[in-house]
Amino acid sequence: MPIRTEKIRKVAKKLLNDHRVDVVIGYKKGTIPLKNIPYFAKNAEEADKLVWDGNCRGNLASYLSRFNDKRVAIIAQGCVSRNIVGLIQEKQINSDNLYIIGVPCTGMLDSRKLIAAVPGEITEVTENDLYVIAKGRGFEVTMNRGDVLSRNCDRCTVRNPVLFDELAAEKVNEQKDPVRYEKIKAVEAMSPEERAAFVDELLSPCIRCYACRDACPLCYCPECFVDKSSPQWCGKSQDSTDVLSYHLIRAFHTAGRCTECGACEDACPMGIKVRLISGKVEKEIRENFDGYEAWKDLKTQPPLTVFKRDDPQPFVKE
Amino acid sequence: MEYMRLNKKNMAVFIEELGRTCEVWGPVKEGEQVKYAPVSNATDMALDGFKNSTMSPKEIFFPQSEKMLSFRREGEDANIYRDEQAQPTKKAIFGIRPCDARAFRILDMIFKNDQFTDNYWFSKRDATTLVGLGCTEPCSTCFCTSVNSHPFDEKGLDVLVSDLGEHYLFKALTKKGRELVAGISVMREPSDANIEAHMVLRKKAEDVMTVQFGTDKVKDKTVLELFNEDCWTGISEPCLNCSTCSYVCPTCHCFDIQDEVSKEGGERVRNWESCMTWIFTVHATGHNPRPTKKERVRQRFMHKFKYIPMKRNGEIGCVGCGRCVALCPVNIDIREVVKQMNS
Ligand code: SF4
Ligand code: SF4
Ligand code: SF4
Repeated sequence: MPIRTEKIRKVAKKLLNDHRVDVVIGYKKGTIPLKNIPYFAKNAEEADKLVWDGNCRGNLASYLSRFNDKRVAIIAQGCVSRNIVGLIQEKQINSDNLYIIGVPCTGMLDSRKLIAAVPGEITEVTENDLYVIAKGRGFEVTMNRGDVLSRNCDRCTVRNPVLFDELAAEKVNEQKDPVRYEKIKAVEAMSPEERAAFVDELLSPCIRCYACRDACPLCYCPECFVDKSSPQWCGKSQDSTDVLSYHLIRAFHTAGRCTECGACEDACPMGIKVRLISGKVEKEIRENFDGYEAWKDLKTQPPLTVFKRDDPQPFVKE
Repeated sequence: MEYMRLNKKNMAVFIEELGRTCEVWGPVKEGEQVKYAPVSNATDMALDGFKNSTMSPKEIFFPQSEKMLSFRREGEDANIYRDEQAQPTKKAIFGIRPCDARAFRILDMIFKNDQFTDNYWFSKRDATTLVGLGCTEPCSTCFCTSVNSHPFDEKGLDVLVSDLGEHYLFKALTKKGRELVAGISVMREPSDANIEAHMVLRKKAEDVMTVQFGTDKVKDKTVLELFNEDCWTGISEPCLNCSTCSYVCPTCHCFDIQDEVSKEGGERVRNWESCMTWIFTVHATGHNPRPTKKERVRQRFMHKFKYIPMKRNGEIGCVGCGRCVALCPVNIDIREVVKQMNS
């Protein structure tokens, strides 16, 4: 059994047996290749089903606020731990009741990259630290793990959890100065017309299922602006302006808060690269606020939530 | 002439001749998606390795957003509703999978009762001939044989096509289907070996598709027994309550009607909706009869496997296409759900 899975089960069982927590939030092996299912283990027997591998995509922090009346343990890699910091700072969860099992992460697999790289339907995937092997009827393809990582993971610089009670493995080396924003920079360089056409094409497959919102730990509003009916902020049809409004407004709401966990993009059934939009906002924050990256510690407040007398921008004082 | 044969080399002629009487649609690749769209020649169709369309073809008859009527505030026709239904074009769709055709039959029952007929659905549906393609290599997420169907199910299709390699074997099933096949000059009488090959393919596909779960106990249990099962809490826990499963599903059919108004007037539009969302059932008072995930998730599965069968002579409201299995972001697998319901 891979060492992370083994350690996670051991820690989870102990926490549950000692009645330190009521539930451990983690993942169970999925029913189809390349998918795991979020799992809520409530006793030692259930804890034995927990797993950790390259298919723990999504972001478990988005389940936390629903368990505020419970003592909860959660399994968190770098990005998820940052979202937990955010939820604590934004007073959405009670950190007293929380136990974080931190996982130094080696990145999640991009299921779409894998599917595109093989000649048929994948029926089985195995992986180790270096390789991923995808099998199906009549083929077996071995790939470098680094080549099939999710787009957010291959440039992640916070793989080790920033907040934890216990770690499930040795810390991993952090990646230094990855190449970022290639596509976003290319879009920035376009003419306004080209840019509009690019965004139109990007979003044309959108079915407004809101999986991108619902998978995101930042989107915890009890009533999303897009659902409001009085006043109604956003039209509900497939009209491209309405679809765009949804995406732009949601992206603005992630400013200074997005941890680049990639849960939105992974959730999208249509394979839309929604992070090209929120990533632009994230880039602006990084460039305009001294390289700020969201929620790497409990103390630093996100730039858009603090007021400084010596703020270089005059408009906040006017 | 129950069966006719078409050499694949003649697909271009088939499309050309069919195109004289109606629009021809087929599976087309669009970015990462496969969808049904008009085609003008055989090479437009993404038939190589074709499994099924990404979204269900219900969108052809029941688009995600559909204009119903419009109105203006001023002028001669002020405050008079104008019917905005587009005249349906006559079409033939090549490549529809048997599960999706079966789903159309279920929606036919739902969009019509003894008082009303949903003309938005039927006007487009009635103008269409479905030329289905039997499944020789079902996906691992498919489970049609568990929901009373199979990879060469004929119900709901006008023509069933079997892919024999060099040829397609056409089996006309309805009057519309017979007319379509009769109108093509390059159709030939098949040999006995062709028909035999079709039977073998059909048998092979059925054998691959083993029944994955039963529904007998779901049928025997009362609504309240199922409704009050403990399983719903665990099933619903990981659910995001997005609308992915409902929107990709060929039988989900709920919609919301919205008036989109401006200074000059407005339009009435109906848009897909999903029982998985909070907003679907919230009342104007703020009360919500399905207040948590558990009630919403329960509704979707109860509707498919209990309510529809109860009301429609045992017809199951899921056709086993597996789209929700493949696309649910958190891997809520309807096969596992039904196994729990049926335990
Ligand atoms: S998950 Fe994808 S399809 Fe659904 S609303 Fe988001 S971008 Fe659109
Ligand atoms: S079952 Fe899956 S697809 Fe359906 S609402 Fe829940 S998370 Fe979304
Ligand atoms: S419930 Fe899922 S498997 Fe059944 S018809 Fe709908 S999308 Fe297909």
